[in-house]
Amino acid sequence: MDAILLQILNGLDKGSAYALIALGLTLIFGTLGVVNFAHGALFMIGAFCAVTLQKVFNLYSVVIDPTKTDFLGNPLKVKVPYVETWFGEMAGQAIINWSVPLAILVAIPVMVTIGYVMERGLIKHFYKRPHADQILVTFGLAIVLQEIIKAFYGANPIPTPAPDVFKGSFDFGVLIGFDENSIIYPYWRLIYFVFSALVIGLVFAFLQFTTFGMVVRAGMADRETVGLLGINIDRRFTLMFGIAAAVAGLAGVMYTPINPPNYHMGMDFLVLSFVVVVVGGMGSLPGAVLAGFLLGVLESFASMNEVKTLLPGIDQIIIYLVAIAILLTRPRGLMGRAGVMED
Amino acid sequence: MKHLTKNDRLLFIFFTIMVLAGPIILAPFGAGYPDLLQRFAIFGLFAVGFNILFGMTGYLSFGHAAFLGVGSYSAVWMFKLLTMNVIPALFLSVVISGLFALLIGFVSLRRSGIYFSILTLAFAQMSYNLAYSVLTPITNGETGLQLNLSDPRILDAANTTGSIPSTNLFGLTMNSTAKFELLGLVFQFNVGFYFCALILIAGFYIAMRIARSPFGLMLLAIKTNQTRLNYTGVNTRPYTLAAFVISGMYAGLAGGLMAITDPLAGAERMQWTASGEVVLMTILGGVGTLLGPVLGAGFIKYFENIFSKINDSVLESWFSFLPEGLSDAMVFVLHFFVGKGWHLTLGLLFMLVVIFLPGGLMEGGTRLYNAFRSKDTKSSKDEPKAAE
Amino acid sequence: MSYLEIRGVNKRFGGLQALDDVNLSVEAGTIHAIIGPNGAGKSTLLNTFVGKLTPDSGTVTFDGQSLLGIKPHEINQVGVARVFQTPEIFSELSVLDNVIIPCLAKRDGSFKLNGLSLLSRQADIREKAEQMLIDVNMQDKRNMTASSLSRGDKRRLEMAMCLSQDPKLLLLDEPTAGMARADTNNTIDLLAEIQEKRKITKVVIEHDMHVVFSLAQKISVLAQGHVIVEDKPENIKGHPKVKEAYLGGTS
Repeated sequence: MDAILLQILNGLDKGSAYALIALGLTLIFGTLGVVNFAHGALFMIGAFCAVTLQKVFNLYSVVIDPTKTDFLGNPLKVKVPYVETWFGEMAGQAIINWSVPLAILVAIPVMVTIGYVMERGLIKHFYKRPHADQILVTFGLAIVLQEIIKAFYGANPIPTPAPDVFKGSFDFGVLIGFDENSIIYPYWRLIYFVFSALVIGLVFAFLQFTTFGMVVRAGMADRETVGLLGINIDRRFTLMFGIAAAVAGLAGVMYTPINPPNYHMGMDFLVLSFVVVVVGGMGSLPGAVLAGFLLGVLESFASMNEVKTLLPGIDQIIIYLVAIAILLTRPRGLMGRAGVMED
Repeated sequence: MKHLTKNDRLLFIFFTIMVLAGPIILAPFGAGYPDLLQRFAIFGLFAVGFNILFGMTGYLSFGHAAFLGVGSYSAVWMFKLLTMNVIPALFLSVVISGLFALLIGFVSLRRSGIYFSILTLAFAQMSYNLAYSVLTPITNGETGLQLNLSDPRILDAANTTGSIPSTNLFGLTMNSTAKFELLGLVFQFNVGFYFCALILIAGFYIAMRIARSPFGLMLLAIKTNQTRLNYTGVNTRPYTLAAFVISGMYAGLAGGLMAITDPLAGAERMQWTASGEVVLMTILGGVGTLLGPVLGAGFIKYFENIFSKINDSVLESWFSFLPEGLSDAMVFVLHFFVGKGWHLTLGLLFMLVVIFLPGGLMEGGTRLYNAFRSKDTKSSKDEPKAAE
Repeated sequence: MSYLEIRGVNKRFGGLQALDDVNLSVEAGTIHAIIGPNGAGKSTLLNTFVGKLTPDSGTVTFDGQSLLGIKPHEINQVGVARVFQTPEIFSELSVLDNVIIPCLAKRDGSFKLNGLSLLSRQADIREKAEQMLIDVNMQDKRNMTASSLSRGDKRRLEMAMCLSQDPKLLLLDEPTAGMARADTNNTIDLLAEIQEKRKITKVVIEHDMHVVFSLAQKISVLAQGHVIVEDKPENIKGHPKVKEAYLGGTS
């Protein structure tokens, strides 16, 4: 029982990332009818927002510390980050330490802007082109974005730690009545899950309870009719693209402490997120979220040693196998609507 | 123009001559050496095959690199177990990749459009992951499958040379090259290239026949209007499956040729970026045209070769005539696009082609041709179309 | 004698009884029109003939063979051809190719792997297709791309594609929908001409009375999912039930 729970918990963080990316993909697909192969790159750029902020906070000036001397007796030169100079030592160190959560504040405007520019500058011109063209142009964009990141940040993963208070793990099992040490769970993974749930909740609430959201949902169901009502739907959809980009970016920001980001993380997640969207049902937002968590957890189960000895390599392919099985038995995915992307 | 065979014959003869004369024509451009020429032919073949699926039926596969990889592995295994003769190796490459394509196509083609693309992508990623993990006994994981002195090679005579034998066609070794010098240029005629070239020409011929056959017309009809075709009494699925398997076999053959020219196989050949590359080649050259994919493959491989060789010192020497600040700026900017930055250029090229020239180089050529011949547009419009 | 027989067909969509115990029999060699106001169930009924919808109960047989639950290409192979509301043609291909394809399908069946045989060598197919284009007066447009045809010509081409297969039954789904009067008259002439040359059984779904009365030998009037009258055109015109259905439906 506790072993099962542990695997479920372990799958939640990846599942959260899948769910967030798939949610954005579905929003874009549902509202704009565009298949965005560059969405993984947006996730990656979000992660690099965190990296950048961390680097910015660590920019330092060299000052001479008169109280200390080096081994030759000369005054010691120390590197003092600007944030420490400006905000004092304590506050400065706290800011550096909390750079990942703080990056959320930076990432939201950055990602919305990127999304907005992307939609107005590129995607807009592809609404009436075939889906193959949309795939290809966004695929090209994804390559460009990841190569730019690679050119500036190099090919190696960049460690971006969580704040000290959230480092390490806690005994989750004891909290819910299991034996001690049966379920050890890292703080940050829990935070990531809670954060993702929050973002997902916000997106759904936004779509459910605001006029804007209502128009977007109506537009997802029937774009032409809403257009006839005299509502400038394209404008709203542009903003929707920005929101989807921000969701992917936030997923990226918060993911950095779990896995140090590198330039191709977007592509790695993108392929799986597409599979998630297909499993959930193209155009279904709840489907995307459900499938994201489901596949994340399933992947976690498949990587248990007991399973791997029984079926070697299953952890590598389980998601694809499930996707294939679902597409063949339920072509519309778990919660897909009829008539979406069917020829 | 679809039924004219005279233009086709001319096109085919022209193509054959250009390919066979490749080492001579390309030598002045610094592309006349065997390694690059072989890549032209191999990727040309890959793209020609891919076009049979994507160009004719409109089904966009994002997993064709898987067949390339399977073809390579099959060929290397044949070299290890049976003989260094290339014929059995290529035979196995085509058969295994064909079977693999049959399996993947059977499942993937139950869906169309974006679903099909994602399914093929999923299959290819799955194969790639498996090649790196469980299938290590077959693929040798990250190291890649290589030849060993201790390989059995049961059909070959005992190896006494102490080095790994080279691939050959009944004794004619693939890496032997004849060199000639003329007018300061070195012309290299390599057996491996000519072998690949002959297969490319054969592959091109078959693709041309398919395009001019009733079967080919049905594939085009699938791309245009599946509903009508169904109500015309045609079962579209076997047609798409046949096209998928044929293009998978082309990819496998290309993979086999890669192993022949360089006898090793690695999983990275199956990665989806590799699948993306063949899509780009086809699009860049011109989807649905016969010549386009070969042109696209040549174009990309040529510029990959040129661009990746350029480094900062080369750039500096180019811009040394400029004032220092300006030349530094030029080097700084261009530095991102050359050498290791080639992929950035490739990505940009990808976008530019899709945005501005969806018909690829062939369409660009047609436009230029029409611009020159604007007076009798009508007749000139038809002519390049003969290549369709 | 081939004919289409519809017995006791019912279809419900949620709370809507789209088809309510529909009975129809179409005699061989005739043009049978199905008319009715919007929402009467005409398209639903047609969809049950072509494998797109399976009725909740009832049978649809053609020439003694059930048409229910079989795929579109199988329905065609039985001898049923279909003309759509908006012409479904191979718009990126030439007019001639558009006709060659059905000729090939007629000869080769639902699938044939003949990737190495040259189409240009197949004189029989080519001749048949060219003749078909002459029959519908489109021979001068044979090399045009189908998408560049006028709407009337697209309809004509689609008709030619269907006829080139010598179908036993031709289903026409509002063949004049959205057409200008002149185009409509042309289509009527074309259909009448075809009827004269080849006695193909036709089922026409239509709401344009002009078309129906100029062509049909028999008319079934559908309203709210059932057939209210089935009779010859001259008897339908002043029929009180029909008037009621139309006037009641439009007011």
